[in-house]
Amino acid sequence: MNKEELKNVLSGYSSNIQFDETTEPLSAIVPAAEFFGLMQFLRKDAQSNFDFLNFMTCVDWKDHFMLVYFLHSTTYRHDVMIKVKLENRDEAEIETVCNIWRTAEFHEREVFDLFGVKFTHHPDLRRIFLDDAWEGHPLRKDYTDENMIEL
Amino acid sequence: MSLLGEDILTEEGEFIINMGPQHPSTHGVLHLKLWLNGEEIKRVQPHLGYIHRSIEKMSESLSYRNFIFATSRMDYLSAHMNNEACALTVEKGLGIEIPERAQVIRILMSELTRLASHQLWWGSTGLDLGAVTPFFYAFREREAIMGIMEETCGARLTQNYNVPGGVMADIHPNFQKHTKEVMQQIKSKLDEYDDLLSGNVIFEARTKGVGVLSKEDAISYGVTGPTARGSGVSCDVRKWAPYSGYEKVQFNEILEEGGDSYARYMVRMREMKESISIIEQLIDNIPDGDFQAKTKNVIKLPKGEFFQRVETARGELGVYIVSDGAASPYRVKYRSPNFSNLFALPIMAKGGKIGDLVAIMSTLDLVIPDIDR
Repeated sequence: MNKEELKNVLSGYSSNIQFDETTEPLSAIVPAAEFFGLMQFLRKDAQSNFDFLNFMTCVDWKDHFMLVYFLHSTTYRHDVMIKVKLENRDEAEIETVCNIWRTAEFHEREVFDLFGVKFTHHPDLRRIFLDDAWEGHPLRKDYTDENMIEL
Repeated sequence: MSLLGEDILTEEGEFIINMGPQHPSTHGVLHLKLWLNGEEIKRVQPHLGYIHRSIEKMSESLSYRNFIFATSRMDYLSAHMNNEACALTVEKGLGIEIPERAQVIRILMSELTRLASHQLWWGSTGLDLGAVTPFFYAFREREAIMGIMEETCGARLTQNYNVPGGVMADIHPNFQKHTKEVMQQIKSKLDEYDDLLSGNVIFEARTKGVGVLSKEDAISYGVTGPTARGSGVSCDVRKWAPYSGYEKVQFNEILEEGGDSYARYMVRMREMKESISIIEQLIDNIPDGDFQAKTKNVIKLPKGEFFQRVETARGELGVYIVSDGAASPYRVKYRSPNFSNLFALPIMAKGGKIGDLVAIMSTLDLVIPDIDR
């Protein structure tokens, strides 16, 4: 599917989805309330068949978090980036998608570890790289550490 | 997690042991926690972070020229491909075309890296499964490739040869001659590799039917590279999303249907032949011209998001850069192949024996610094 067809499929699912066509692949910004339903739809829908979660990550824009889910279809070879804006950085929370794509379990643990986003209904939400006793989440823009040096 | 305070015997009578982080067959600091019933594996849980350097955070304060070189330390056996992925992403952001000569040099170096990486893997797989000889055979050929790398790039392992716009320097005058010699040498030895290990009865018994990964699981766990192709998943980025001019060369995507350790082994053995074929097609056809496009001293990417994927020796590496228009990236995310591949290990190892786990680990071909980043 090309960008236009993807847009039609997505806007057919919900009218609340905003698009950003400047990115390659297409970005679709989804309200948090409709996020999980859309993800289930994209996995099951025969037309789009997004069976492969390439990665998921988070970008800290200082006043909000933007979660990025990079989906791919191994049958049709098309990609899409599904984005969710989380306004409250300190209590950021979203539903896990690890029942849809198994690999999400570990990418979500990484985002929890480095950004502090909580994933509800996650089977094993622990830090993945850092020690359990670590304070703070290093990939946040406001993270400071006494050992950090200016480059 | 306190390891000492925990009971080593569960209520179900399972025995908990730690494999690694310092274990010869984990090839690096990977820590696996195993739940065992006798010799049968009930559950595997990987623990990471022993070599986490936060390359993504570091990149946020490095320039677009410098951040590329940090990636050589992720999957150090695919250093050239990692650098290439970053260089391609920056070039995409700048919207520049790179000279054809640079593209061909990049493909040649990538395939040499892939060959060297697969040879190291072949040697260590033999070593893990009790055959010491392959290690010496593999290193003999790998050393010749390392020599070519040193001649042209100035370094053996972490070449740092790619820069935005092309490659750092032109190829060495002896590059073509030496590469052709080494290809002849390797071609004559590949059958020897098969005689030594592929058809060996003990080796077959230890890998056939061991650690089966189904096609559905491979896709759901985000597995890529030779590991996924061993389960019949077509995922070679060089084929379906060609970059650097891979669409101009003839090669086959290697697929095996077995999904077991032996299938993954055969994929890599056959891939070596494809890499040699790609190198032979290009080595006499390196176009004349510049090896680098002109770029500004201080590179600033326009505001936006850029993504590029390449096929490393272990699977799909994705580089996702978010730029706010400054001279350093606002956020860099590496979608590293080993991270996703590792987490398929628990389902592959479940129900097998401890000895099988070693065979599975070797044929997954993990490089731990790429997982931790």
